[in-house]
Amino acid sequence: MSLHETNKIAIDVDNVTKRYAEVTALKNVSLSIHDNEFFTLLGPSGCGKTTLLRTIAGFEGISEGDIRLFGDSIIDLPPNKRPVNTVFQQYALFPHMSVMENVAFGLRRQKVVDSEVRKRTGEVLELVQLSGFADRLPSQLSGGQQQRVALARALAPRPKVLLLDEPLSALDLKLRQDVRVELQQIQANTGITFVFVTHDQEEALTMSNRIAVMSAGIVQQVGTSRDIYESPENKFVADFIGDTNLIDVEIVETDGRQATCLLLGNVQLICNNAKGATKGRASLSVRPERLSLGDASNSSLSGTVSRLTYLGTDIHVAVNLEDGEVIDVRVQNSEDARIPDTGDIVGLNLELDAARVLMN
Amino acid sequence: MAMQDINQGKNTTTHTYQGLGPSLLMPTWLMIGIFLVLPVLMMLVYSFLTKEFRGGVIWEFSLNAYDQFIFDRGLFGDDPPKMEWTYIGIFWRSILQAGIATLLCLLIGFPTAWFIATRVGNSKSIWLFLITIPYWVNLLIRTISMKFLIRENGPANEFMMSIGLIDAPLQMINTNFAVQLGLFYSYLPFMVLPIYASVERYNFSLSEAAADLYSSQWVTLRKIIIPTVKPGIIAGCILVFVPSLGAFLAPDLLGGAKSFMIGSLIEDQFGGQAGNWPFGAAVSMILLSMVLIVLTFYARLQSRRAS
Ligand SMILES: Nc1ncnc2c1ncn2[C@@H]1O[C@H](COP(=O)(O)OP(=O)(O)O)[C@@H](O)[C@H]1O
Ligand SMILES: [Mg+2]
Repeated sequence: MSLHETNKIAIDVDNVTKRYAEVTALKNVSLSIHDNEFFTLLGPSGCGKTTLLRTIAGFEGISEGDIRLFGDSIIDLPPNKRPVNTVFQQYALFPHMSVMENVAFGLRRQKVVDSEVRKRTGEVLELVQLSGFADRLPSQLSGGQQQRVALARALAPRPKVLLLDEPLSALDLKLRQDVRVELQQIQANTGITFVFVTHDQEEALTMSNRIAVMSAGIVQQVGTSRDIYESPENKFVADFIGDTNLIDVEIVETDGRQATCLLLGNVQLICNNAKGATKGRASLSVRPERLSLGDASNSSLSGTVSRLTYLGTDIHVAVNLEDGEVIDVRVQNSEDARIPDTGDIVGLNLELDAARVLMN
Repeated sequence: MAMQDINQGKNTTTHTYQGLGPSLLMPTWLMIGIFLVLPVLMMLVYSFLTKEFRGGVIWEFSLNAYDQFIFDRGLFGDDPPKMEWTYIGIFWRSILQAGIATLLCLLIGFPTAWFIATRVGNSKSIWLFLITIPYWVNLLIRTISMKFLIRENGPANEFMMSIGLIDAPLQMINTNFAVQLGLFYSYLPFMVLPIYASVERYNFSLSEAAADLYSSQWVTLRKIIIPTVKPGIIAGCILVFVPSLGAFLAPDLLGGAKSFMIGSLIEDQFGGQAGNWPFGAAVSMILLSMVLIVLTFYARLQSRRAS
């Protein structure tokens, strides 16, 4: 993943609120999307991702705030005057037009001359590997091919920003993984800013330069895949991205960066990742792969194995602590791995640097 | 399709499950046979018979009915044949009237259908229900009511005079305008309903996609909406044009003698003064053939597009 060279801001979403009659779909959303960036909006279904995308495209007005494209406010422009293009979730291909005509549609509206339209349409179709399908109707294409046409149609006018609303969700797994790589390459080669919407965290983590995690109309955290996975800023992000154990702790001492936590009332841990911690109840977030099993006699923390799940590359071990909390441990499936049996009493070792204190 | 091709090659047949299909279709075939095929055949036969004075036929083959449509052989039928323009003129006027009525219905019907199809929730069915209300009253009664509404000292004229729009009553009854009004009013729902069904199925994200690709609302209407709802528009046009072409009540009751249309001509041969059954049957067959030609042409066009 190359770092974007310029830090020029392509889209500036400034304190945007969008209210529908009953729900507030976006609550004071602020985001700065850099030029040339693969930016992903990630969140569970109904969190407002599509709404945010539609306000940028101009299909929805906003209740408060401003949206700027390269510095100029666009909120008063109708969709056909905004230099952004959209890849729709259900593709929305024009059913009565051939692949070629679909792709040429935007160029024709921009009054590009005929020879140029033909040239650019051909180029874009080549880019998405559909050169041989120019004369087909959308209904004569497979789902994956339709998806490419939708992409080609949106790329053809060379927009400054491309908006993609869950473009891969209708494809099957294998195809989805191939298209991910292609999309990344197209983004890198064209230099167009991509704003990509997905509810699939794996998709987000593997494709994006930066991710905005959303929930209930609020941006929870913005950062690189690594930031978001390794340094979640709150319980929602920690829980939503990947698997994590959220262990109830009490913070007995803290200087705002380091904290002394008390587990189960008697086990003391000193945790280095405790930005913003205050005394009182909190959660300790530990990824399952950052925990390991040991002898109960050598560990301060121990529990009973309650379930083993075989997943091929690793094995999930569920360990019940004495207060009933269940901790998930992921053990790599290698020859020297020690796999316990259910009912065994095991010790839990955690890498303290990998544990994160999150305030409730 | 591929399956069929392979099977044809190997000279085998596949048995698709048809259930009760064929036997359940029996009533349909009976209905079509008795009420459609049989009457048309009767008309066809009658059009080639000899006329009996004041109605009825003599069972003797004759081409006189068709001859009468095309040629003028004088009062006693023994002059050298000249071209007879009267009936062709009536056909031409009918086509023109029906065409204008269809166009009017389309201009008003499309926005109406669009309006109804884009309502949300319950109000859609209420609007549709309102559209069908006139059909609770028989067409004859509706046409007669129209006659009263637009006659010289009827409510329409009185209203326009009372608001100062006109000084003297307008002559509306017995004009082409009255026929247009009658046809428009009779057949508008036939335009609205099929277009409504098409618009209802229209995927509105296509309009968004078009706008996203820099097209104005007008271009979206022309390039995206109309082509996608075209089947509904064509169905509506056929459903209005065909019955308008053969309409009899509106031209007869509202148009008077000057606006004679095909329907009145046919009616006149059976029920009215002229009393020439073979000629009435022949005119009906000519009308039917014209409609069939137009429909076949349209069907060809459709199937070529589909393949
Ligand atoms: N046109 C609308 N009218 C009313 N509520 C809407 C409309 N569109 C979206 N919403 C609501 O806004 C919220 C966010 O929706 P959406 O942006 O589609 O979520 P996502 O794309 O993240 O799944 C949801 O609660 C949804 O019900
Ligand atoms: Mg969505």
